[in-house]
Amino acid sequence: MTIKNLASTVATLALMTGPALAEVDFSGKTIEWVIPFSETGGSAKWANFFAPLLAQELPGKPTVVVKFMPGAGSTKGANWFQEQEYEDGTLLFGSSGSTQFPYLLSDPRVRYELKDWIPVMATGTGGVAYLNPADGEKFDGSANALQDVNLIFGSQGATGLDLVPLLAWKLLGMNVEPVFGIKGRGDGRLMFERGEATIDYQTSSGYLSGAADLVAAGTAVPMMTWGALDEDGAIVRDPTFPDIPSFKEVCAATEGCETEGVAWDAWKAFFIAGYPSQKIAFLPQGTPQEVIDTYVAAFEAVRARPDFAEISSNEVGEYPMFVGEGAVKATNEATSVSPEAKAYVIDWLKDSYGVTIN
Amino acid sequence: MDLFATALPALADAWALILQPVVLGYLVLGVVMGLAVGIFPGLGGIAGLSLLLPFMFGMEPVYGLALMIGMVAVVPTSDTFSSVLMGIPGSSASQATVLDGFPLARKGQAARALSAAFTASLFGGLVGACFLTLFIVVARPLVLAFGLPEMLMISILGLSMVAVLAGRVALKGLAAAGLGMLIGTIGIADAGGSLRMASYDFPYLTDGLQLVIVGLGIFAVPEIVSLLRQDRSIAKDATLGAGWMDGVRDWFANKWLSVRCSLIGVIVGVIPGLGGSVVDWIAYGHAVQTTKDKSQFGKGEIRGVIGPESSNNAKEGGGLVPTLLFGIPGSGSMAIFIGAIALLGSGDIEVGPAMLRDNLDITYSIVWLLALANVVGTLLCIAVSGGVARMTTIRFTYLAPFLFMLIAFAAFQSGQNFEDLLALFAIGLIGIFLRRFDWSRPAFLIGFVLSNPVEKFSNQAFQIASFRFRNSFEDGMGYIFSPIVIVLLIITVVSVVLGLRQAKSIMAEGEVQSGSKRAPVVFLLVIMAYVVIALLNANAIPDYNMTDKIVPLVIGGVTLTALLILLVQMIRRPEGDSVFADKEMAGEDADAPYGLWSTLAWFGGLIVATYFVGFILALAGFLVTFLRVRAQAPWPKTLILTVSGLALMCVMAGALNRDFPPGLLQHAVHLPWPLK
Repeated sequence: MTIKNLASTVATLALMTGPALAEVDFSGKTIEWVIPFSETGGSAKWANFFAPLLAQELPGKPTVVVKFMPGAGSTKGANWFQEQEYEDGTLLFGSSGSTQFPYLLSDPRVRYELKDWIPVMATGTGGVAYLNPADGEKFDGSANALQDVNLIFGSQGATGLDLVPLLAWKLLGMNVEPVFGIKGRGDGRLMFERGEATIDYQTSSGYLSGAADLVAAGTAVPMMTWGALDEDGAIVRDPTFPDIPSFKEVCAATEGCETEGVAWDAWKAFFIAGYPSQKIAFLPQGTPQEVIDTYVAAFEAVRARPDFAEISSNEVGEYPMFVGEGAVKATNEATSVSPEAKAYVIDWLKDSYGVTIN
Repeated sequence: MDLFATALPALADAWALILQPVVLGYLVLGVVMGLAVGIFPGLGGIAGLSLLLPFMFGMEPVYGLALMIGMVAVVPTSDTFSSVLMGIPGSSASQATVLDGFPLARKGQAARALSAAFTASLFGGLVGACFLTLFIVVARPLVLAFGLPEMLMISILGLSMVAVLAGRVALKGLAAAGLGMLIGTIGIADAGGSLRMASYDFPYLTDGLQLVIVGLGIFAVPEIVSLLRQDRSIAKDATLGAGWMDGVRDWFANKWLSVRCSLIGVIVGVIPGLGGSVVDWIAYGHAVQTTKDKSQFGKGEIRGVIGPESSNNAKEGGGLVPTLLFGIPGSGSMAIFIGAIALLGSGDIEVGPAMLRDNLDITYSIVWLLALANVVGTLLCIAVSGGVARMTTIRFTYLAPFLFMLIAFAAFQSGQNFEDLLALFAIGLIGIFLRRFDWSRPAFLIGFVLSNPVEKFSNQAFQIASFRFRNSFEDGMGYIFSPIVIVLLIITVVSVVLGLRQAKSIMAEGEVQSGSKRAPVVFLLVIMAYVVIALLNANAIPDYNMTDKIVPLVIGGVTLTALLILLVQMIRRPEGDSVFADKEMAGEDADAPYGLWSTLAWFGGLIVATYFVGFILALAGFLVTFLRVRAQAPWPKTLILTVSGLALMCVMAGALNRDFPPGLLQHAVHLPWPLK
């Protein structure tokens, strides 16, 4: 908690006094922003969007380059970052839900400790589930009439971000059979459009750019969003989709679904790690406070740009971008899960999909 | 008619957008950058596009598109240089070009092969653009008709090309393809996450082997080693026969083949999820099947160059359909392209279903910028091909160290692990022995490339089909045997039957003499041992992960059966039978003044030295030693060449913001770039 307080104090200070406090100067330097995925993924897009903006706001206007270190579902890059110590502030790391989930599940490949790293910025997203028109008619705000329907879902794997929808449908008592091995949510949507999959979900930007057209054309029916977190950490309707009920509402209306207890807590923990704080920018351990403050101030300045809402709509949508103290809080939530919730998810993965984590 | 009423004005708008001097300027700039990147094997469009990304932010959309498309479009054109001149497959799109392009270069006809390839590329690109202009407005339902069973059938059609390329002993080709597929299954299974022939204690293999490394190992390493042993130039007698005009004439004589292969390219490119790696093989197979005199394939048949090269540029155009209409990238570079479009202008161009409705003019601009970039790129490539072809007259001993340098760098770029170099060496060894004993290397590579699609599509199609069968029998049958599947099935059967009949006359490795039993039998037993271990390993996967074990078990079983039959044949047949083909018995390899192992040791030395002192220091030592000892070059020449080689590496890596493999030294001491 001291880091959090410190960060918040200094972040405010840095904001008020501006460059006067910042003795850190990156003139002529090159900052490497390491992304543990390939050039083609969502995290690459995210870092490429922020890199030029960050470069303009850091003192001395350094060059910010994005470097890719893909491998082992991001655990290779994360293990590498764990070994890095502060040198001169020119190293930044970007994680995503795929880095946080193996950590939460104690994947044997994980040799990193997220709590060692210093978060400076975090962004999130939401997700929307939708049904084919025939089964969509049976959806009345509760999943009661969907419990005896068999559905097919194109999935990237049960231990990734798809864990959240799969567990949600399970809690609703639905029979959703995942077809594993697709690459990217776009492929899942295509499978749905071909009629091979009968239920699907997209992250918010994917829903708006692809699935919303299907809904307008009547070939898909929105079911629920995962919701969003309010100030107190409670799940509320997603502000991007105010007309679509959240999973919490649907669960409350559905027989046999509880919005408390170990199963619900497990879902919520993984939801938070995967969606509201999906992508986090970290500085390596041992980074001195003035460097942290410099980065926090720079990201603050990016967020404060008058055109930020407009240019970032593709990247962060209606969701808050957390900086400094907010990022620390978001990271804490994204990296903490109770032992009971973790055990519940590990058991469920093993029973339903034969996935063993060790 | 409604369609044309909206499409025609959009087409006119698109041309108005494109035909501005600034846009054309950006296009040419992109093309030149693309050529510079594409000429290096293994780098391709992804590295180039990543380089452009920082400039895309807020750029005028059509300028940014011109720059990016210029770069993407020429990569499948310019990578032909390394395929033809050095036998190094520049990218997955030009693997089949190596089969006949490189033998042509060795005959001293590099300029002819290059200009025929470029003309075919140009034509393929233009056919692709014309086709897309009409097709793109009606493409959506057609693309959606390609479900999992259809994609599985196309992958199997690609796999059936093994029959054409199997070589003189069909069983050997089958076993080579099976081995390639088994090696393609190494790593974490997509479906259930089981490990196959890999362990978390050695994380490198969990991601599987990269296509770049396998392509370089199977084709480039054996050719480089073989040429280096012979100590001569690539072109026999160091003379250049045919010039670039001959190539253009060759293309004209085969224009209908080029048309057909272009259409194959566009159509396969349109289907999302298949990627480009099958296209050139299907086109090559088609070229073989439609040629009357098949005796020249594998030895320098110009049709074997024109076919694949017509298809691979057309494929880029076809690949735009899933990218633009569905927002689903057909390849790695298209994925970056989608990400970059979101950064352009005010960010309101959204790739996906709305693209045709809201931005039809931009869509057409992209299609025709691609075609235009092909024209510019091809003209530039043809212009330099005569000069570059002279490279094949240089004594190979002066080229080899730089080729080792390039392939090591390219392999490292695929995963940025030191193990990438080890994998390249290991796969290179497999390639050397496949070549020596006349096991079809193209079959191995086709197996490797299609291993993942075949496994993925068959698992997923099976799952959905069983779901449908639970609904009703008719539903299930209708799903599996759609009209498209039946048509593809017929084409596949015909192509296998024809292919097997023709395979004996197509010798990808040229004539190979047969010799004694011992060496070929030992190699067979080594392969068999690997297959058995892979089978046992797959069998150990628990049954609830059936999706992860069934494909390796089936493929391993078929491969093992083929190997057992071969073993029986080897025991029963006399020495000198074609089963015992061995390049070390007679011919160029047997007569070479240098041995295999001493030559390979140079490359091994570079890798070992990299392990200790890092790539750049190791490379400096390697170049100096090699040029002094092996090439017997005088000191001034040695130093000039070494410095040029190092400078080339540093400029390349610096411009693309890439690192070099570090060694133990770099872990102990902190050194500045490029030494770090």
